[in-house]
Amino acid sequence: MTEAVRFHFSVDGDDFSSAGQASVQVKKSLRQLGISPETIRRVSVAMYEGEINMVIHAGGGYADVLVFEDHIEIQLVDQGPGIADIELAMQEGFSTAPDNIRSLGFGAGMGLPNMKRYTDSMEIESKLGEGTKITMRVNL
Amino acid sequence: MKIAQIKELLNAEVICGEDLEREVYSACGSDMMSDVLAYVKDQAVLLTGLVNPQVVRTAEMMDMLCIVFVRSKTPTQEMIELASCSGMVLMKTDKRMYEACGKLYAHGLCGNGEVR
Repeated sequence: MTEAVRFHFSVDGDDFSSAGQASVQVKKSLRQLGISPETIRRVSVAMYEGEINMVIHAGGGYADVLVFEDHIEIQLVDQGPGIADIELAMQEGFSTAPDNIRSLGFGAGMGLPNMKRYTDSMEIESKLGEGTKITMRVNL
Repeated sequence: MKIAQIKELLNAEVICGEDLEREVYSACGSDMMSDVLAYVKDQAVLLTGLVNPQVVRTAEMMDMLCIVFVRSKTPTQEMIELASCSGMVLMKTDKRMYEACGKLYAHGLCGNGEVR
């Protein structure tokens, strides 16, 4: 397989208003690569929700997007508190986000379910006190 | 429905964006951005009472063409700049969410692209 195109981003955990900048950048880059608009939307929404989660819960982290010949992989890595119960976190409507985040339009318990909804596969590896790694794949 | 017609129906003021002749096919009224990210279809308009940069980013992620701020909420300069970068139209109306959505729905603009 030809080598993947990789985009790497550092997600700033201190500034909620700038969250999503990496996703906007990914959207532009994928457009330049000639990826279809529907696929771009799926990738960028999944990554955007992930970015927001990293800012709300984990104090930021790193996001990598790898474009292969037949799929796009999104890796989100943080060193936050970890997810105690992944099954529970995956339920629509379950949220541990603080009230101030809800007043900003997030924290409705839709982030992880949306990430799963828009991708073909999603794996969550998480350890309490160490962090979380989420790997998502969107087929081309 | 053309963006120009939305402006007329809601007696809205255009804050930025010039192309009011573009067609939108569905609408979403919400202050919860994750709900917007979950359900909205292509070429939509967002009606919201929420004002922060994530509103514009959410709309951008969903390829939305227009955001209408209800209850005379006014977007910040940062939001206007973000919207201008992606060619999005921002408008504000003094109508409340229920009334604004109702007017658009009654004139044929559906929720999730369904045909009435």
